[in-house]
Amino acid sequence: MNIHEYQGKEVLRQYGVTVPRGKVAFSVDEAVKAAEELGTPVTVVKAQIHAGGRGKAGGVKVAKGLDQVREYAEQLLGKVLVTHQTGPEGKEVKRLLIEEGCDIKKEYYIGLVVDRSTGRIVVMGSEEGGTEIEEVAARSPEKIIKEVVDPAVGLQTFQARRLAYAINIPNELVNKATKFILALYNAFVDKDCSIAEINPLVVTGDGNVVALDAKLNFDSNALFRHKDILELRDLDEEDEKEIQASKFDLSYIALDGNIGCMVNGAGLAMATMDIIKYYGGEPANFLDVGGGATKEKVTEAFKIILSDKNVKGIFVNIFGGIMKCDVIAEGVVAAARELGLDKPLVVRLEGTNVQLGKEILNNSGLNIVAADSMADGAQKIVSLVK
Amino acid sequence: MSILIDKNTKVITQGITGATGLFHAKGALDYGTQMVGGVTPGKGGQKVDITLENGNTVSLPIFNTVKEAVAATGATASVIYVAPPFAADAIMEAVDAELDLVICITEGIPVLDMVKVKRYMEGKKTRLIGPNCPGVITPGECKIGIMPGYIHKKGHVGVVSRSGTLTYEAVHQLTNRGIGQSSAVGIGGDPVKGSEFIDILRLFNEDPDTYAVIMIGEIGGTAEEEAAEWIKANMTKPVVGFIGGATAPPGKRMGHAGAIISGGKGTAAEKIAKLEECGIRVAPTPAEMGATLVKVLEERGLLEKCKS
Repeated sequence: MNIHEYQGKEVLRQYGVTVPRGKVAFSVDEAVKAAEELGTPVTVVKAQIHAGGRGKAGGVKVAKGLDQVREYAEQLLGKVLVTHQTGPEGKEVKRLLIEEGCDIKKEYYIGLVVDRSTGRIVVMGSEEGGTEIEEVAARSPEKIIKEVVDPAVGLQTFQARRLAYAINIPNELVNKATKFILALYNAFVDKDCSIAEINPLVVTGDGNVVALDAKLNFDSNALFRHKDILELRDLDEEDEKEIQASKFDLSYIALDGNIGCMVNGAGLAMATMDIIKYYGGEPANFLDVGGGATKEKVTEAFKIILSDKNVKGIFVNIFGGIMKCDVIAEGVVAAARELGLDKPLVVRLEGTNVQLGKEILNNSGLNIVAADSMADGAQKIVSLVK
Repeated sequence: MSILIDKNTKVITQGITGATGLFHAKGALDYGTQMVGGVTPGKGGQKVDITLENGNTVSLPIFNTVKEAVAATGATASVIYVAPPFAADAIMEAVDAELDLVICITEGIPVLDMVKVKRYMEGKKTRLIGPNCPGVITPGECKIGIMPGYIHKKGHVGVVSRSGTLTYEAVHQLTNRGIGQSSAVGIGGDPVKGSEFIDILRLFNEDPDTYAVIMIGEIGGTAEEEAAEWIKANMTKPVVGFIGGATAPPGKRMGHAGAIISGGKGTAAEKIAKLEECGIRVAPTPAEMGATLVKVLEERGLLEKCKS
């Protein structure tokens, strides 16, 4: 789960990570009021959307005086920002972070992730702050310094210090940077983050080590033990169909194509998208109905697929293991009836109770095209939507 | 022969009194697995009666702890259906009880819990398969997990996969072609897990009864690339691959916690290129995993040996 920068900074502040003073604003007046309260000569107006690259897209403005704060807030609120992470459709700015300006001496990068090959948390640092770490990794991998954390004891002070030295934090600020890195690690572990990225981390003219930006990403599997984080979810930032799907415990991701897919199992769902593409079609979504799907869940999945106006046809691809084919078939028939399905529907069933499932489909009186295999089904739906 | 499990493997179910645990304990018993007991803290001393498809009833003892269950039953393997918040603890309990094999089916365990589990397992004898996996099956002998047993056929092709349903798909394609499986192993879709491709490939390589392997990967991480290098250097048997997620958009988690392209890394294209570079034939679509293997077996003169 993603949260906004201002929320991330609030979380980090609780752990003793130094962040600039700032306030969130939902309107122009709130923005001006926030700047007034901060009372600093320079104020930064930052668009809050769940995507990186805001600076380059014009989403971060430095204001001198309240008039400029007003001007920038007016410009940014309601504006659709297009960054390299939003896709071409962009994201509308609905919140601003009004923050005190900061005398930046130098920018660095600090990031924490769970490294899959070691199965451990890795702290990464680089003295090339401000640029994306992937870029640095591609251009000069030697400039990324890593510390691997032993989960039995956690990140040790010497590791944080070694990292601070390695990325050339000025000598007199190494202690502050060490504390900063340790605090960031504590926040990461305590809140079950999957990514914590401070880019840039800055050292300031008045000798501080500050998180100028903060990107926190949380492990959705762990949200059950973080009610406070769950409250930070901003539904405006998510696809409506994805929100609806998550209510029913369905795994759905919207794509750009016109063939709706309903599949059981994440691997098969991905592979189904691939095979549609292979035969010249474009999948409209990823949808895994999961192992323990009920008739209601299948009906709901169908509704979500059909709420996408681009969908011209649907391909149901089920290999029933735990999931019984007759349950899927009943769900498909019920949903098609309820929604008055008027689009081509190809169903491929295999696995437990497959004969029963096929009978339910055949006896439904609905116009359902049966497929013998995944390839057969993919070819059929591709030709039907053309 | 086979890998990991066979007809002599004695299994306990952790979380046996839950609906899922009970359902699949029955499925395992129906298949012929030696399911010898279960663990549910607080229900030790009770029994759970399971009526099988053939009408017989099996009465399994329940224990409060894995240690007690192992002492009383002589189990060497455990399967875990415990809910996500408690699953990591259940794995560690099984490891502490010195089981040879622990298979965790549970989906949705927090990643940092698994980081702890992996650390805890260092230097211990137990092998963990999963979490978030369908389990392991040795056709005709032992089924531990949630896969539909009847699609399998005893034979000589090993299957290893990050995805449950794609494993079934591959197995089904093989069985339809008269090609049986030595064992099929789902290693699971989580980013931090007990066994990686290489661990299982090594076992298949050492198993005299496995003549070829299908490896099914997906986007995210670099386990497939590492496996490809290992295969090139060590594997004496043909391996056929498939990688799911060629059409997956970057930055989106495709169902599995581990199936995400992040920072431009972990794409299907990269993985396929690496596999091919290491001499592994990659099926162009998921529908052709079986056919691709048959082609390779034919070329190597192994097809007749693999038909069972």
